[in-house]
This record gives sequence, structure tokens and C-alpha cells, in this order.
Amino acid sequence: MTALTEAPAAPTVRKASTRKRLVPYWLLLPGILWLIVFFALPMVYQASTSVQTGSLEKGFQVTWHFQTYWDAFKEYYPQFVRSLLYAGTATLLCLLLGYPLAYLIAFKAGRWRNIVLVLVIAPFFTSFLIRTLAWKTILADGGPVVHALATLHVLDVTNWLGWTEGSRVLATPMAVVCGLTYNFLPFMILPLYTSLERIDSRLHEAAGDLYATPATTFRKVTFPLSMPGVVSGTLLTFIPASGDYVNAELLGSTDQKMVGNVIQSQFLRVLDYPTAAALSFILMAIVLIMVTVYIRRAGTEDLV
Amino acid sequence: MTDSTAGGDVRLTGISKTYGSFTAVHPLELTVPQGSFFALLGASGCGKTTTLRMIAGLEEPTTGTVFLGDKDVTDLPPYKRPVNTVFQSYALFPHLNVTENIAFGLRRRGIKSVKKQVDDMLELVQLGDFAQRKPHQLSGGQQQRVAVARALINHPQVLLLDEPLGALDLKLRRQMQLELKRIQTEVGITFVHVTHDQEEAMTMADTVAVMSGGRVEQLGAPAELYENPKTTFVANFLGTSNLIEAEVVEKSGEDVVVTAGGAKLRLPGGRCSAATSSGGKLLVGVRPEKISLAHRDDEGAVADGRNRVTGRIVDSSFIGVSTQYLVDSPAGSGLSVYEQNIERDTRLVPGAEVVLHWNPAHTFGLDAAQAKDAGVEKVEDAA
Repeated sequence: MTALTEAPAAPTVRKASTRKRLVPYWLLLPGILWLIVFFALPMVYQASTSVQTGSLEKGFQVTWHFQTYWDAFKEYYPQFVRSLLYAGTATLLCLLLGYPLAYLIAFKAGRWRNIVLVLVIAPFFTSFLIRTLAWKTILADGGPVVHALATLHVLDVTNWLGWTEGSRVLATPMAVVCGLTYNFLPFMILPLYTSLERIDSRLHEAAGDLYATPATTFRKVTFPLSMPGVVSGTLLTFIPASGDYVNAELLGSTDQKMVGNVIQSQFLRVLDYPTAAALSFILMAIVLIMVTVYIRRAGTEDLV
Repeated sequence: MTDSTAGGDVRLTGISKTYGSFTAVHPLELTVPQGSFFALLGASGCGKTTTLRMIAGLEEPTTGTVFLGDKDVTDLPPYKRPVNTVFQSYALFPHLNVTENIAFGLRRRGIKSVKKQVDDMLELVQLGDFAQRKPHQLSGGQQQRVAVARALINHPQVLLLDEPLGALDLKLRRQMQLELKRIQTEVGITFVHVTHDQEEAMTMADTVAVMSGGRVEQLGAPAELYENPKTTFVANFLGTSNLIEAEVVEKSGEDVVVTAGGAKLRLPGGRCSAATSSGGKLLVGVRPEKISLAHRDDEGAVADGRNRVTGRIVDSSFIGVSTQYLVDSPAGSGLSVYEQNIERDTRLVPGAEVVLHWNPAHTFGLDAAQAKDAGVEKVEDAA
């Protein structure tokens, strides 16, 4: 009896579920369109540019000239190496500076937590360029910071390491790395904080209860559980830092040029579009490979 | 690290804990005999968990001393105490599998070959097939057993259990109660168990300390607490009690005679925890299952020498093994009576005039100065 009365309702139900199945695609549409127009199409365009030959006067033609890649890499590999080195150093410094701060916000800040978090993102209220320019003043020759570093013999150490030269900080690798570290620090702190904040404080108690000293608790429980934050923080710092050109431009000299500076000048000054495009793709490939290897090795899939 | 056979009572002397102006635990004297299953029972906020955490070292006592055996451990951090805890929500390490969770304590103490001990533990808690699983791949009951194994593998002098069964459904909870009791008997370690579930405390523990407002109300074996509550809180918190306000008439021999609503009641002087001077007030208590119910027409058949109170049934509910009646009487309203469903008297329906009668030996007396409804389970506390 019940089966009879329910039977006619079935087709309507199926129609509704078809419409429901389409909902995700409708939701995807704006984003997909945006990505096609502003990401996928430019990528195709750049890829074709990178295998073109010609000059600005005569025009460029696609000649499948892959040699450009090799030539560009051969000529600019020092900038590549420098980019990865600076970005890597800045990422490491961000981690060393950011982890204790994120830990403090997550576990010790108490009612100050939100205020400290606002302070972390407060620099974003000022433009990236202005903040980097400010570092020029901070690190100015003979300024208080450089003077203090010289008096404390920090400069002797950094000179020995090759990070600074003589009594200057500006226009040295240290200045560029400092700028990168400063500019990308919030991108390290925020994911670290989110990751640490999610750790149940009872896990710390449990570890202590099971004979782990506070140091061991950090090593065996807190740090492993914060790995998702470490991974996303380092990626969010390293990837943009390796392609950055503003810090090297404003705080460094010609000896500190990164690959970003080369691409920028090839595009806008030399007007050698194929080389610029090829350099962009090489950088992208290098970063992609490094990130893939890194994520595989970090093995954070297990950590929910 | 520790030898569980070495002498080791847990002794708390003058232990207290205050947070600002709030006193969570009033100065407390408590001895947990070695090898016993001890329960701290009370409603939420009564200080039972704080007491447990002070034994574990997770909370620093404001005053007093914690002794394990003869050793003063008050100032030792948790990781130096021969005590392990089963946490309320288990607090299993989510990044480690079952084996590594269980081996955690052993590894921290530098023990390299843990396999044999872990396997023994997995067997004890019947989780042999789950050694490689991560905690989130286990059910609540399985996680609970991992938490027990992780603590027990260290052979602590005392195992502390903080509401370990609170997150489980009723059926699983009953099953785990029996299992924990079995494990305790098997390993012989002192268990200190914190719970708000009086039934759980009574089934599992050898000794129960009922706590309320940061104080121990009464301490004793479950049956002793149930039959001889010393305060209204204990009388109401452990099971249900009928408390009748009465006036002392006289002492006759061993017994105390009181009147309540015109009825004369007797109770053994030894079961009276308050002063019994003539004319004084007294709360007379009797458990609902001790009371028999007779229809008024059968009053003559009630044996002499039994306490009797007349009244009228206002409500009855049939719950299978027994029927619960609510009876209003001149002595007090809303008296509970549980009648076994052996021979049901069809006349016992709401509105019927009845006689409640019970053996005077089952009556207890409490100080009338206390709140009569202390410890009555509030709706929001009902778990």
C-alpha cells in the first residue's frame, strides 16, 4: 500500500538531484573563467613567446627556437642560484623568527592573542614598496643600525661570511635577505599560528604525564603536529621570495640581482621578450620541482 | 622506573586549590590505600578533577602535600612522577599509531625494546589487530582502551582516570566499566577514578569519596555510602532518598522515635548522624525500594513494628522490573516508592489511598539544618 503511494514521487526526486549535481559546476564557473582569462591564456601566450625569434622592429615569429631556454639559463644561472639562495635563507630566517612568535600567540598570549595577531598583519596596511623603501633608511650607511652592528662587531662576522662589505649593509646580500625576511614574515607566522593553535593542550599534558620533559614534548609532539603549518608557511614564503625583484632592486646593487630583476629588465628595458618568457618558465619549473620534492619528503598528508 | 609492589598509598594532606577568589578544593585529607579502586564522585565543578590533577602534577596545590608512599611529590613536575593519567578525551597523539602511542612513555624513559611490552598491553586491552592504526581510525571505545594501555604500560604506582568513560554511549560504558575493573584486578595497580556517574562509581570502586563544593562529603564503601548516608547531599546524589522532616519524641532503647505528619516512626540510633534531643528536628530518610505499599483496605495486614505512613498515590510509572509510585502524605509530599512487579495489586493506581510501610532498621536520620534537596540531580546535569 505504501509502496503504491510512494512510487509516482520517484521521478521528481531524480530531477531535483540532477540539478543538485550541477550546483558545484555553477559555483566553479566564475573562478574557472577568471583563471582561463588571466592565467591559462597568458601562460599559453608566454609559452609561445618563449619559442619565438625576431626583433622588436621586424616582429617576432614562432620558430620553435628552444635554444633560447638553454642560452637564457647559461647566461643567468648565477641569478637563479642567488634567487634560490636568498629566498631559502629568508625562508629559514622567517621560520626561526616566526615559530617562537606563532608559538607565543597560540599558547602563551592569553587575552593579548588578538592584539598580537593584528600587530603581525599591521604592516599590510602600508604598501609593500613604502615598507621596503623604509628599510633603505633603516640600513642607511652610517645610520644608527649600521653603527650599532659595527660597534657590536656583528659586521665583522657578516663581512667574514661575505654577507656584508666593509662598513655597509645596504647594497649587500644581507640587506636583500633582511628585506625578504621582513616582507614575507607574516606569511610564515599566520599558517604556523593556525597549525599550532589547533593542537589540543591536553596533548602537552599527556606527554608530560608520560615522562616527556617540556623539550621532548616540543620535539615529539608539538613540532610534528605543527608540520602542516611549517610546510605551508615555508611555501608561502619561499615561492614568492624566489621570484621577488623589489627587495633586490631597492636594497641591493648589481651584484645582488635576482632572477626576478633579470626578467623585469628583459621585459621592460632590453625588450627581449623570448628570453624573459623563457626565464619565467625556467624559474617556474625549478620552483615546481623543488616544491614537489619538498612536499613529498615532508609527508604531511597524514596530518589532518 | 617504579615498582608497583613497593608500599605506596596515595596520601593527600591539607591539599587545597584556589583560583583567585574561587576555592576549587578546600583543604583535604585523603588516603587512597595501595591496590584499591578508588572513585572520586561528584557533580561537575565539585573539585574532583582538580584533586586528580594535583595528584598527577598537572595542577599545583595552593597548600598541602601529596605523598606517594613515603615520598613527597608535591614539587615534582608530572614527568617525574610515577603516576599516569587516562585523560577525559583520551588525548591520544594523533600523529602516532597505536603502537607508538602506547610505547611513548617507555621510549621517554630510554627503553629501546618495547615490542614485547606493547604486544602484552595490546593483548590486555584486546586491540592486537589495531597496532598500526592511527587514533582517528579507531572507535571511541578502542581509543579509550589505547589510552588505558598507554598509561598502564609504564606500571605506574597509581593510575588516574579522569572521567574516562564520559564520551562513550551507555552500553559501551557498562562494558568498559567491567573491563576496567577486570584490568585493575589483573594488574593490581591503584586506580583513582573521577566520575560524575554514581552508578559507575558504585559498580567499579572499592571506596568512593563523594565530593561537593570542593569538600569530601563522605567516604566509604559503595554499599556503606548508599545505606548510611551522612549528609542530604550523599543521600540524594547516590540514588534517590525520601527525606521526611520529623521531630524527635524520645529515645527508646537503641531506637529513636520521631513524629512526622502525625505518624510515629522509629529508626536505629546508630544510623542517626545528628543530635537526637527530644523536641529537636531531624530529617528521616528511607530509600524508595525499601518501602512496601499496601492499599488502605489492607492496613490491618501490615505487620506490627513497621514504620508506616498513610498517603495517596499521585502518579505511577511502570518500568518493567518495578513500578515507581509517587505518594503524597501528611508526612511529606512526593515520596517515591519502588515496588517489584511480582504480584501487582490492580487497586494501586493514582488516587488510591495507601499505607507505606518499611522496616525501621532501613531508616536513617540526618541533620535537619541542611538543605533537603542538596545533591538532587538537576535536569542539566543529567548525563
